[in-house]
Amino acid sequence: MAWRDARQNKSKLALFTSSIILGIASLVAINSFKFSLQKDIDAQAKELLGADLLIRGNHEISDSLNMVLDSLNGERAYEKSFSSMVFFPKNGGTRLVNVRALKGDFPFYGIIETNPPEAAQSFTDSKSILADQTLMLQYEAFSSDVAKLGNAEFEIEGQLIQAPGQSGIAATVAPPVYMPLEYLEETGLEKRGSRIQYLHYFRFEEGRDIEEILETLDPYIESEGLRIDTVEERKEDLGRNFNNLAGFLNLVGFFALLLGSVGVASSVHIYIKEKLNSVAVLRCMGLKGFQAFLIFFIQILGMGFIGSLIGAILGSLVQLYLPLAVKDFLPFEATFQFSLAAFIQGLFAGLVITTMFSLIPLAGVRNISPLKTIRADYDGNKLNSDPLTWLILSLIIVAVFLFGYWQMNELLDAFVFSGFVVGSFLVLGLISYLSIWSIKRFFPSGWSYVARQGLANLYRPNNQTLILVLSIGLGTALISTLFFIQSLLVNQVTLSGKGERPNMILFDIQSDQIDDIVKSTDDFGLPIMQQVPVVTIRLKEINGKSKLELEKDSVDEENEIPDWIFDREYRVTYRDTLIDSESDWKGTWGDKKYASGLVPISIEKDYAERMNVEMGDTLTFNVQGAIMKAEVAHLRSVDWNRVQSNFLVVFPSGVLEEAPQFHVLMTKAETPQKSADYQRWLVSEFPNISAIDITLILNTVDEILSKVAFVIRFMAFFSIATGLIVLIGSVILSKLQKIKESVLLRTLGASRNKILKINLLEYFFLGNLSALTGIALSILGSWTISYFSFEMDFTPDYTPVVYIYFTIVFLTVLIGQANNRTILNNPPLEILRKEAA
Amino acid sequence: MSNILSVRNLTKKYTSGNKELIVLNDVSFEVEAGESLAIVGPSGSGKTTLLGLCAGLDRASEGNIFLKENDLKLLTEDQRASVRNEFVGFIFQNFQLLPTLSAIENIMVPMELRGIKNAQSKAVELLSRVGLENRADHYPVQLSGGEQQRISLARAFANEPDILFADEPTGNLDADTGEKVEKLIFDLNKEKGTTLVLVTHDMELAEKTDRIIRLKAGQLVNQYQTAVAS
Repeated sequence: MAWRDARQNKSKLALFTSSIILGIASLVAINSFKFSLQKDIDAQAKELLGADLLIRGNHEISDSLNMVLDSLNGERAYEKSFSSMVFFPKNGGTRLVNVRALKGDFPFYGIIETNPPEAAQSFTDSKSILADQTLMLQYEAFSSDVAKLGNAEFEIEGQLIQAPGQSGIAATVAPPVYMPLEYLEETGLEKRGSRIQYLHYFRFEEGRDIEEILETLDPYIESEGLRIDTVEERKEDLGRNFNNLAGFLNLVGFFALLLGSVGVASSVHIYIKEKLNSVAVLRCMGLKGFQAFLIFFIQILGMGFIGSLIGAILGSLVQLYLPLAVKDFLPFEATFQFSLAAFIQGLFAGLVITTMFSLIPLAGVRNISPLKTIRADYDGNKLNSDPLTWLILSLIIVAVFLFGYWQMNELLDAFVFSGFVVGSFLVLGLISYLSIWSIKRFFPSGWSYVARQGLANLYRPNNQTLILVLSIGLGTALISTLFFIQSLLVNQVTLSGKGERPNMILFDIQSDQIDDIVKSTDDFGLPIMQQVPVVTIRLKEINGKSKLELEKDSVDEENEIPDWIFDREYRVTYRDTLIDSESDWKGTWGDKKYASGLVPISIEKDYAERMNVEMGDTLTFNVQGAIMKAEVAHLRSVDWNRVQSNFLVVFPSGVLEEAPQFHVLMTKAETPQKSADYQRWLVSEFPNISAIDITLILNTVDEILSKVAFVIRFMAFFSIATGLIVLIGSVILSKLQKIKESVLLRTLGASRNKILKINLLEYFFLGNLSALTGIALSILGSWTISYFSFEMDFTPDYTPVVYIYFTIVFLTVLIGQANNRTILNNPPLEILRKEAA
Repeated sequence: MSNILSVRNLTKKYTSGNKELIVLNDVSFEVEAGESLAIVGPSGSGKTTLLGLCAGLDRASEGNIFLKENDLKLLTEDQRASVRNEFVGFIFQNFQLLPTLSAIENIMVPMELRGIKNAQSKAVELLSRVGLENRADHYPVQLSGGEQQRISLARAFANEPDILFADEPTGNLDADTGEKVEKLIFDLNKEKGTTLVLVTHDMELAEKTDRIIRLKAGQLVNQYQTAVAS
């Protein structure tokens, strides 16, 4: 019976199936992408680090630590890494590069990929270098050409294509150049003030307990201010880098499935509504309520399975095309394979939502009375009093929560999201009841017949107000939340202040060089846009407690201070005023002059939150050997997207002036020629100073960001397409009734124009009610999500939402009018006959 | 008396797949203003199709229909709608009330479409004329078949039409109710001076009109004046 009935209803069942297909395709594509990414990170983590263990710091390690390291019996390699300018005598080209002076067989895992391939080994045998391929392309350099680093000339052994842990973005700022360590002294670049990283790589025999080694090394690492990287940590770091992207993808997956679910519920509702009379007839013939339920349940489950299968296949195919879009911004090779786990999960999720969300409309089938064949009962918008419906509703809420937890792996997130969905549902229901009530109560009797009809259709028996506002409103809320979050994420990484931003940054300027540089820059006709002193310091204690003491004290994860707060080096500046990119958050900067005692410092507000410090807390710093106690006297908000030297910690004037420091200077060269001339002069006069022409970097960053945005939009597309199916389904829901009404009005003499206007107004009211409520909900939802889940300030771009509003209202009206097309273009009798058939 | 309706060489064909089905074949007749006419014939003889065509609900394949001197073939769907609204009233076998409108709202529709100001008070008058003043706010599903047909009758007379088309008006009603509705149709018809064209199987009902047209397999086989006319 289920099959026989389904044969005649292919198009209606297709609507239902398409919402499942799109929802599941979106979920499978997103989860496959995530799984592939995780798999690649896991598989390549060793190659990304190139070793089992890396110890790094900005100074040489002590002899005692060196002896301990030797005693570990691992294979060792050593690298000194720093930024400097490279000079190509052939054509006078200069560029900031990341010099990596190597000794030993690094990398132990993975390879340095070069052209020719043997160059990766042979460059260490002579006074030669490996230069990044884009650098060589930019300066038309070839193998065997000469490149100058500081005072020494090197032969280029080959092009560097890929090295362990190297990402496209980092290489854009300072392309890597590998050289043998033994020639570093000859360059003269290794002198006081140079910011050199000292890296010690280790490989241990298979199965060696890294944790045990870490325990041995811990005291030295702590006291010497070093950092340790392990393969496990590198995996976590990589994962963290993609946190927001992954968080957003989880959200898209969650919403896609929810939209699919709304699609299922509304299309099954349409389907069942059309079947009421057939069921009543079957019941007259002795069909039991449960049997009637089973007929449709089997149909829906069958179609749900087919839809989920097609969706899972489509989703798997789609994600195979993603590597093309993402390969440039991932620091490892992305492979993207078919993910069986994502496929099965998608199939399972499809069947679960089909079952759950079709049960509400289907539950009513059990109660269809055979009496309906002879007397159709009037039923308005009464809430279903069937206890089974309430049981199913409760199960759905639990299912939404469980799905949220499964997709996002965070209890709080799952609570927030499922709360948002349930809350939206209630608010939308309430809004539609209130609208129906207030239209009835304050009905504008003075309006024209057409306007009154359009408005009255919202509350008349069998009206679609509740179901349309629920489905269109929830769809709108989900889609505009996606747009809000997407624009927040994109804004977070977009550079602001395009007009007067500097395009060249000079750093590593020593104090005795700054006056000459300022004067010469001025002589070149370039403006000094910013000049800041930078002092490198480390954090020792927060409120008199060291890292170890705080770790012991912390009772819950919430208050735990991340390791890197103590492990990192802070580059701080000193001044008594705020710059353009900063504003007061708490307190006023510059009103307290330092005299003695605790040094009043300013901290960036988000950073203070992560450090768990507030106004009045004390911080103890190690300023290159000297211990200094400071008090948090000011919190600042900083626009990190401005091209400026921004700082987490700012000291007042009169404290750090005598500390070892370097200077950063920002200027702007109007033409590429002027920029090249200036850099050439700089590298010849001050070889230790690094300069970056950020025009190129800004362009590349823009390009990479647009690729990230593409992936985000690509994934969001599926959710939006599912939302449209929901919209179409919701409007088609009212088709049967609309046809009958319009034909009768036509028979009684209503013109095409009048029927068009009545319908237009009705759908215009509905579109507005749904879109506005949905958008209002999404603003609330996006704020909650950005605050709790992404930990960002909610400063959204409202433009896309304006488009969403117009699109939803336009589509609702358009699809509503499409319902009437056949009625308006054909004689009434023809349609009455067709409908009767 | 002048003709209110002229049907000349009317043919209606339907195409289903490759097959052509002739439902009406070369039918011609005239109806004078104020006359009452019954169209009778076996099921499938084309009675309802003929009624629909005369009322401008469908387009003829061949031939012409003149309703109040308007050649329906030359009119657009909108122009035919305005002819219906101005001159025509309908009663259907299955009542065809708008399910979402209350009884009084259903009666008001033709008047509101025409822009009549005091539609509500006129509708109340008609409601009481059909004896349903206490059912004004009931929806169609809350009314019995007879009540629905009486509302439908009140709606049909709302615009004071020149011609009333009735398709098996008592076909869905029991004998007693059917008789009451019949009486109401003829009483109102006389009272308002309306022309009546009705389709029926019920020869007893047909004999109450002035003239009977008999259709068979889409062709007009005979027509004659009834005892009422003579």
